[in-house]
Amino acid sequence: MTDKTELATKNETDIKPVAKQSEPSIRPAVDIFEDESGITLHADMPGISRDRLNVKVEGETLTIDGDAQIPVPEGMEPLYADVRATHYQRSFTLSSEMDTDKVEASLNHGVLTLRIPKREEHKPRKIEVKVG
Amino acid sequence: MFGTTGLFNELQRIQREMEEVFGSTPWANGIRSSNTGFPPVNVGTTADEVDVYFFAPGVNPESWDISIQNNVLSVAGERRVIREEGASYYRKERFDGEFRRTFSLPDDIDAEKVDANYKDGVLHVRLQRKESSKPRQIKVN
Repeated sequence: MTDKTELATKNETDIKPVAKQSEPSIRPAVDIFEDESGITLHADMPGISRDRLNVKVEGETLTIDGDAQIPVPEGMEPLYADVRATHYQRSFTLSSEMDTDKVEASLNHGVLTLRIPKREEHKPRKIEVKVG
Repeated sequence: MFGTTGLFNELQRIQREMEEVFGSTPWANGIRSSNTGFPPVNVGTTADEVDVYFFAPGVNPESWDISIQNNVLSVAGERRVIREEGASYYRKERFDGEFRRTFSLPDDIDAEKVDANYKDGVLHVRLQRKESSKPRQIKVN
């Protein structure tokens, strides 16, 4: 459940019936850092292959989600589980100087790397001073 | 989300579940059992095998060290998170370093028949049960 969804739920009136429990999802652990040219995000998403990963930007919201695929032999009975869901989801709000058209994503051993560059037009502007 | 109490409760819950599962024979909580918290693990069984899944993304494949001794499965590895110098970090949630998890195995595991496969950040260890202990259908004449 993302922070965004929780906020939306709080704004709803009491009259509305309780929403159906959505599929449980895992909030992947992330590292996020910024340098001069942009922001880099690393997310732990074990079990995710390239074709089962979604990275999308809607407005200023970046969402990563996907379903892990784990090979399970027939008739297996669970004995112990730290991980109780296969769906990953997490959202972040971006700011306007991020160039969302140029987001690059790569996946390596279940670690997603996103690179979000800053826009070029955010360069400092020179202002001439006229002498009267 | 994880206040001090919340995290503590969560750890207690995990420990309680561990005890529920591993506290009884044959999955006794062995004296050599250890748990670094990373990676999370799922265990499943069938009549033929025991399957252990380690959710360990970004591990250097060459660092995997998997062994069975005295009926204890030991899985160790190393995940190094490369930190960029001079960058400003907003979040550092990911595990960084060496880890080891060990489990006492059921008595009927054949230590010679174990294979491990690391794919998409999940290590899948398959442990075959000994032939003699597999359930056998007995015909009624």
